[in-house]
Amino acid sequence: MSLTAVKTPNRMPDLGRVAAVDEVGVDERVARFQSRSIKKASKVEALKMVLGMIDLTTLEGQDTPGKVRQLCQKAIHLHDAMPGLPHVAAVCVYPTMVGIAKEALQGHDINIASVATAFPSGMSSREVKLDETRMAVAAGATEIDMVISRGAFLAGQYAHVFDEIVAVKEACGDARLKVILETGELGTLDRVRSASVLAMHAGADFIKTSTGKIQPAATMQVTLVMLQAIKDYYRETGRMVGMKPAGGISNAKLAVHYLVMLRETLGAAWMTPEWFRFGASSLANDALMQLMKQSTGVYQSADYFSKD
Amino acid sequence: MAIPENKLAFDGGWNYAPAPESTDHIVVKKRYGLFINGDFRAPEKGRYFDTLNPANEEKLSRVAMASQTDVDKAVKAARKAYTGPWSRMKAKERGKYIFRIARMIQERAREFAVIESLDGGKPIRESRDVDVPLAAAHFFYYAGWADKLEYAFPGRKAKALGVAGQVIPWNFPLLMASWKIAPALACGNTVVLKPAETTPLTALKLAEVIADAGLPDGVVNIVTGAGDTGAAIVTHPGVDKVAFTGSTNVGRIIQKALAGTNKKYTLELGGKAANIIFADAAIDQAVEGIVNGIFFNQGHVCCAGSRLLVQESVADEVIEKLKDRMETLIVGDPLDKNTDIGAINSRMQLEKIESYLKIGQSEGGEMHQSSCSLPKSGYWCRPTIFTGVSQSSRVVQEEIFGPVLAIQTFRTYDEALTKANNTPYGLSGGVWTDKGSKIFKMTQGIRAGVIWANTFNKFDPTSPFGGYKESGMGREGGLHGLGAYVKLEA
Repeated sequence: MSLTAVKTPNRMPDLGRVAAVDEVGVDERVARFQSRSIKKASKVEALKMVLGMIDLTTLEGQDTPGKVRQLCQKAIHLHDAMPGLPHVAAVCVYPTMVGIAKEALQGHDINIASVATAFPSGMSSREVKLDETRMAVAAGATEIDMVISRGAFLAGQYAHVFDEIVAVKEACGDARLKVILETGELGTLDRVRSASVLAMHAGADFIKTSTGKIQPAATMQVTLVMLQAIKDYYRETGRMVGMKPAGGISNAKLAVHYLVMLRETLGAAWMTPEWFRFGASSLANDALMQLMKQSTGVYQSADYFSKD
Repeated sequence: MAIPENKLAFDGGWNYAPAPESTDHIVVKKRYGLFINGDFRAPEKGRYFDTLNPANEEKLSRVAMASQTDVDKAVKAARKAYTGPWSRMKAKERGKYIFRIARMIQERAREFAVIESLDGGKPIRESRDVDVPLAAAHFFYYAGWADKLEYAFPGRKAKALGVAGQVIPWNFPLLMASWKIAPALACGNTVVLKPAETTPLTALKLAEVIADAGLPDGVVNIVTGAGDTGAAIVTHPGVDKVAFTGSTNVGRIIQKALAGTNKKYTLELGGKAANIIFADAAIDQAVEGIVNGIFFNQGHVCCAGSRLLVQESVADEVIEKLKDRMETLIVGDPLDKNTDIGAINSRMQLEKIESYLKIGQSEGGEMHQSSCSLPKSGYWCRPTIFTGVSQSSRVVQEEIFGPVLAIQTFRTYDEALTKANNTPYGLSGGVWTDKGSKIFKMTQGIRAGVIWANTFNKFDPTSPFGGYKESGMGREGGLHGLGAYVKLEA
């Protein structure tokens, strides 16, 4: 499924007017989300939503066609022992693996997301990054996960970061663009907010927390700040932007808390794979195990859930 | 650019299933006597009254109505315990009893939390995570002071006052009992305490803990009753020290009654705190601070941030975000773990709040409430804000004691300060800004006993709490709280 990307005017926002963020206050709000008790039918519904929002990911130097084909198999058949499950939202791979994924997912309504722009460091030339983007799209990627130039951002070269996103968005054509902020390298929640505002004004269809290659990856705190930025941007422009926390969300309980946070910050319209994704690999099996437990009353061994 | 249909709706789609806390494990007797001299005993006139669950108006139990004679008995028992075992006991041993009470509150925490929510209406999440842990913490903290009083007041000798008569309110029943009893015992006093008439149960469970802890008979006496019982305690000639938390009106009456007597007293009364948001605040977190300040515990908080003063340049944004946040607040069964706002404590209080909603509208204020559903029976009030009100509005001046916020704008720091201080109350206040120098300047100018910066409603046993002006006199908590329960000699 690929949505026609929405065209937006690109004007550099005034980063001096971005709201301050109080880290203690953010921690307290997060703690309240984590104290929500999600049980019974609402738990089952949440777990199924989680599964449908996963970008099943493999981004390793040792990825091979065999690995990617088996991952795609998992994307389609999460757990056939339990009928009525959704499939994942997307498979996420390196550009050179996009063709393999496209072939393996033929006939299935699963997105093919490709990283690009010298993932994960972003340390390369503009030309190389745009070429890589175009190559991935040509090979069949319906979504591009780019990284911002953190070095340039931290050095205050905001126009450079902005222009780069605009250029990548153009190179995407019809593919949807996710912009990875790499929040673990930004230092403060204030900067996470600024980077979010910058990325959205530059045309991001999604803003994403992390590459998953460094610590810390996604946290509820940075995700909350980004969700609040999305909300303010929506109020200002009328344009919806999606959110993808990535890395470090390996258990279903945490993922459900993210859904609580999403619901109470942005509301019902964002609670679909169209606007929210989990960048994860082992989350799927924990969610499946929890679903099986809800329906059978017992926990099965991890060996019953395929590791592809 | 035209904004298409508003996508920011919190209704519809995924909702939270009921997540009720179990009540199987609690024990509430059909009827409770008065806890005097180590035992529960029948009231002299044999009169009892019901205590209800405000969430469904069902009767939970019957408790005794203490008469003057019963109060006499209690004070006599307290006096006997004071001159007898309690003042003769080594301070360290006194401390051990208080530690034991603290420990037992922790052990029975779940039962205390559930009963607190049933009797008073506050959400189980609050009683479980805030009220009960803080109550235990107060006993732990003051237990440690029992044998260190000579270090608390350097160069002075601290002596107990004698019998303390204590009257507490219904908004934090167990916590208020611990705020009163713990320091009194630590300093070597004995106690006669009356819980509020709508929330007697956790005080009576505390009496059971005290009996199980083996505290000598008469050291703590808990007598239930209404206004007359409270008056009897406070004016009793056998009481050396009075501690009262409640309304400013009653505080005035008590102060009049005690004028010219030898009784020492502390009064913790009402408030109408200003929560002040500057344009350079972390806006999203400040909105959360507003919500925390006025909606949690149903606004039944003396230090509630019941007035919002928001800098005019960000007022529209703040109010819009506040309305969004209000839509996500869940009003409902206090025993549901997802409930944010529980039941209003009593029919009387609900009627009082509703009368203010009418007053606010009739004085020209614009009222906005969240759209949440309410349970069919019980006492409920949706989170409410008033805009278009000013210093001369009654909803801005008077304490409503409900989930009702009055919103005003200001332009400059001076104007904010003037408005914040233009009230006979002076219990608390809040300041929201990202600029450190503004915090210092503002907090030094606000005339209130407890001021929070970039946060709200933070309590700790080590931190003194109390008001300026008509919010009362004296402090509870910390060293200051100790000082209220001793007389100092050279």
